Amino acid sequence: MTEFNGLQKPGLRQSFFAAIKRDLLLAFRRRQDLANPMVFFVIVVSLFPLGVSPDKSFLATSAAGVVWVAALLATLLSLDGMFRADYEDGALEQMVLSSQPLFILVLAKIIAHWVVTGIPLILLSPVLSIMLHLDQAVMGVLFLTLLIGTPVLSLIGAIGAALTVGLRVGGVLISLLILPFYIPVLIFGTGAVKAAESGMSFEAYLSIQGAILMLALVLSPFAAAAALKISVAN
Amino acid sequence: MNDHYLLEARELSCEREDRLLFENLSFILNRGEILQVEGPNGAGKTTLLRMLSGLMPMHEGELLWHGEPMSQCGDDFLSEMLFLGHKTGIKTVLTPFENLRFWSASRFAVADEVLIDSLEKSGLGGFEHTPCHSLSAGQQRRAALARLHLSPATLWILDEAFTAIDKQGVDELEQWIGMKAAAGGSVILTTHHRPAHYSRFRHLKLGDSR
Repeated sequence: MTEFNGLQKPGLRQSFFAAIKRDLLLAFRRRQDLANPMVFFVIVVSLFPLGVSPDKSFLATSAAGVVWVAALLATLLSLDGMFRADYEDGALEQMVLSSQPLFILVLAKIIAHWVVTGIPLILLSPVLSIMLHLDQAVMGVLFLTLLIGTPVLSLIGAIGAALTVGLRVGGVLISLLILPFYIPVLIFGTGAVKAAESGMSFEAYLSIQGAILMLALVLSPFAAAAALKISVAN
Repeated sequence: MNDHYLLEARELSCEREDRLLFENLSFILNRGEILQVEGPNGAGKTTLLRMLSGLMPMHEGELLWHGEPMSQCGDDFLSEMLFLGHKTGIKTVLTPFENLRFWSASRFAVADEVLIDSLEKSGLGGFEHTPCHSLSAGQQRRAALARLHLSPATLWILDEAFTAIDKQGVDELEQWIGMKAAAGGSVILTTHHRPAHYSRFRHLKLGDSR
């Protein structure tokens, strides 16, 4: 077997970045799926002035909440697809059986998911907050809360997606499982904007959001990897 | 090489949906041996192979790898084993080259030329950079089989690997399997067709107990 002796195990970083690149390439090749969460986000936000009230003062006070709820729902919508395709075509089995730790590959998938769904939502948010007459001064705060908050949505959502990937009715179940864990992110996200609007200090809210992000970053890849192993076993 | 068996299964049992698939199944696999798991549909062939590869947990019985319990081998076993199931994990929007590149990225470091070479050996010369969705089912299967040329794994676990490939492909695959065994590797496979005669070929029949 000397012909095989030249093969070395790649470094963790190498495998990690290859996994991110793979998922980004897959997302890029299926561009219509890429647009779904963005379109949903824009539609939900733009229905509020039409459905509730186009009144400037109403919109300005509810803007942060509307943008955050829409971002949360758009992420929730995209979660079911995070592992589904890999589960159905067997790529997930090959991931579980690769010699690199599964949580590294799962973290790579979560980051790719955030890049594909989270970042577009963050970039769209200033445009939508102008539409909702959000105070220019606090727009930056909303942007920051989304920047810290949307990775948490992808991280926690991955656990739900991993648990339900083997089930046919996954979609609804993810929402029920994950939504309670999204609520703190939502509260501190909109809280920061509200505090900034009334001229108070908003840094504490951002700090708590940052703490939640760190906690999710450390724990959820392990939880999601364990859940995937169970899903693949059935 | 050590003097232990490559893989030893002791008293494996499996029950699914209240039906006993197999019970007290024990066998030994040496280096250089090919084991064909036989049995009618639903006899538990795929289940057994998934169990051996570590995808499915075992509720009863024990697996030994080089004489050590599987639970203590972890990554050693994974880097020496290649599993190819019904579902191959080939992404249809990626090309065979990209598929192989990303598959190997979490296993071993290889140069692009080696990947191309493996795809050529697998009969995909000229199709390396064609998206898999415009290839036939057999060609997609060959894209997955190219892993066999690439992998340094000692043990291949192949579930219905002969599906969808043409007669020439079947002959080639049989040759690789024979060469693998001759080089000291082992292969466990399920297939409904009867492979050519290998020197160290063994059968395991499932589904007799019903």
